[in-house]
Amino acid sequence: MLRILWDSRIQSAAVILFAVGFTTLLLNRNLMKKIVGLNIMDTAAYLFLTSIGYIEGRLPPILADGVADASAYVNPLPAGLVLTGIVVSVSVTAVLLALSLRLYKRYHTLDLDTIYRIVHEEAEERE
Amino acid sequence: MSSFVLNFPLFMIILCLVCAAVGTLLPRAAARTVSLSLAALCLAAIFCVFLYVYGAGQEFEYRMGHYPHPWGNELKIGILESLFGMAFSLVLFLSLLGGKDPLDRLVEPGKGRFFYVMADLVLVALLVLVYSNDLFTGYVFIEICTLASCGILMIRGNGRTVLASTRYLIFSLTGSGLFLFGVIILYNITGHLLMPDLKEAVGALTASGAYRFPFLASVSLVSIGLAVKSGLFPFHLWMADTYGEAVPTSSAILSGLVTKGYAFFLVRFIFDVTGPDIFWQSGVQNVLFAMGAAGVVMGSVGAIQENNLYRMIAYSSAAQIGYIYMGIGLSADLGLTAALFHILLHALTKPALFLSASRLSARMGGALKFRNLQGAGYYEPAAGVYFTAAAFSMIGLPFTMGFISKYLFGLAAFRASTPKLVLTLLVLAVSTVLNTFYFARTVLRIYNAPKKPPAERQPAKDLPSYIIAGALFALINVAVGILSGPLTDLLGYGLSLF
Repeated sequence: MLRILWDSRIQSAAVILFAVGFTTLLLNRNLMKKIVGLNIMDTAAYLFLTSIGYIEGRLPPILADGVADASAYVNPLPAGLVLTGIVVSVSVTAVLLALSLRLYKRYHTLDLDTIYRIVHEEAEERE
Repeated sequence: MSSFVLNFPLFMIILCLVCAAVGTLLPRAAARTVSLSLAALCLAAIFCVFLYVYGAGQEFEYRMGHYPHPWGNELKIGILESLFGMAFSLVLFLSLLGGKDPLDRLVEPGKGRFFYVMADLVLVALLVLVYSNDLFTGYVFIEICTLASCGILMIRGNGRTVLASTRYLIFSLTGSGLFLFGVIILYNITGHLLMPDLKEAVGALTASGAYRFPFLASVSLVSIGLAVKSGLFPFHLWMADTYGEAVPTSSAILSGLVTKGYAFFLVRFIFDVTGPDIFWQSGVQNVLFAMGAAGVVMGSVGAIQENNLYRMIAYSSAAQIGYIYMGIGLSADLGLTAALFHILLHALTKPALFLSASRLSARMGGALKFRNLQGAGYYEPAAGVYFTAAAFSMIGLPFTMGFISKYLFGLAAFRASTPKLVLTLLVLAVSTVLNTFYFARTVLRIYNAPKKPPAERQPAKDLPSYIIAGALFALINVAVGILSGPLTDLLGYGLSLF
């Protein structure tokens, strides 16, 4: 068991990081920390993907010195997927940051519980 | 008809992206025309595709670029895909057509066009989720769908909608995170992302018994991730706040389309990636079934406790999502047919409810509390009738789609194991009683004679677009409710080809 964990230590670390990011995103009440959690979660997924895409001893997937045999190179697809994924997570982070900014301007806090309380009080005043 | 028709899904996907880009430069009215024409064109084009595929009686793999799988990217064009592509385009068209008034009233004039841009993006994401044969492309468009629907929600721009969109986005992102990690694990153990290759590799893996735990983890992560994004119990808490605060048109698109797109993608995952037999060996369906059954009951209980019309409809949405996942977990043939039918039912009913509720409420001076809506059905006759028709369908009265859906669930339950049979029948009975209670209460309320005419009554506004859209929603609902045979046969046939 320990042997397996050690052999796949990067993947194990990625799983732990993913869990840390996921719980932070879901459970933390502070919007900034949630966004950090989101980024940890996504980065952990990319770490996992990058680590399985790299094969020790092989070349980067760029045709060089006339070596045409595919088995000499690493698989370029995981790197491509990671790039796509990074673009996705950057845009999601940007939107979440923009929303947080608007919430902060309106309610002067980043704590979700406090914002809920203010919204609730406002709703009661309206009635 | 030549096979040129098979290009249409890709053309539509590209056209949606182009229209979304163009829409940002147009004034609101022009952007609306573009969106409406786009949805109508998608409907017509996909109808041609549907006819072609149905005539051919088989599915097609549409290669994008010149690389065959496992290298290239593909669309899969089949009967169910085309049917749901058509349904989603139709519902978007009708929601936009009928939802003009709340948008004009509640959204700042300068921002209106962005709503239509986001609607175009939701349509493209749904089309890709329906047609794509590649899991990672699916992930990218799931995120596009999330961002576009978040934009649709926050278009109203006041503090409460921004808070609701933030909450929606956070829930949705946890779902996408789980989905992404599941896909990556699956890619790790199989080396493929295209569905046909994945299915082959998964079959070989299961036969050899290797990587059993990572495979189970990946299937669970993908299924639960999509379920979280659909808003399945216990992840439904964002719904009430979100639909309660957003522009009703946004709520209609979100509850009628976006949440359904993820459920349909899960059905495709079950059939095209794992295959139903292997999925059913994993046991994940039991979790989905339990969450679905709990969601049906808890959603209905939440709806009963609500005193606010939009929030009540939102909780009812949570219950309907529960139905869909209950069907997915019930059995591979009839259960899934019931789930797919319920997706169509809910997509055609919930937008009608939201849009009618918005008309009724606007007529009573924006009131949302039940006691202030008394008699609204008299002042707004069309909205009252459409609301009642949709409510009857949600309850499951005969001659509506809701009845057929409940019948299909009952039928599927009798083919499942005894505990599931008992649970399904129990859930059906309890939810029907609860549904009847809260919808009948609302319908009675809007047709109760008002004690005194509302002071803030808005002047009557002639809205032919709303009348037409609402009438079409109600007509399709009743027509399918009476002549459900062809549709259920088609769903079964489509599933057998899947």
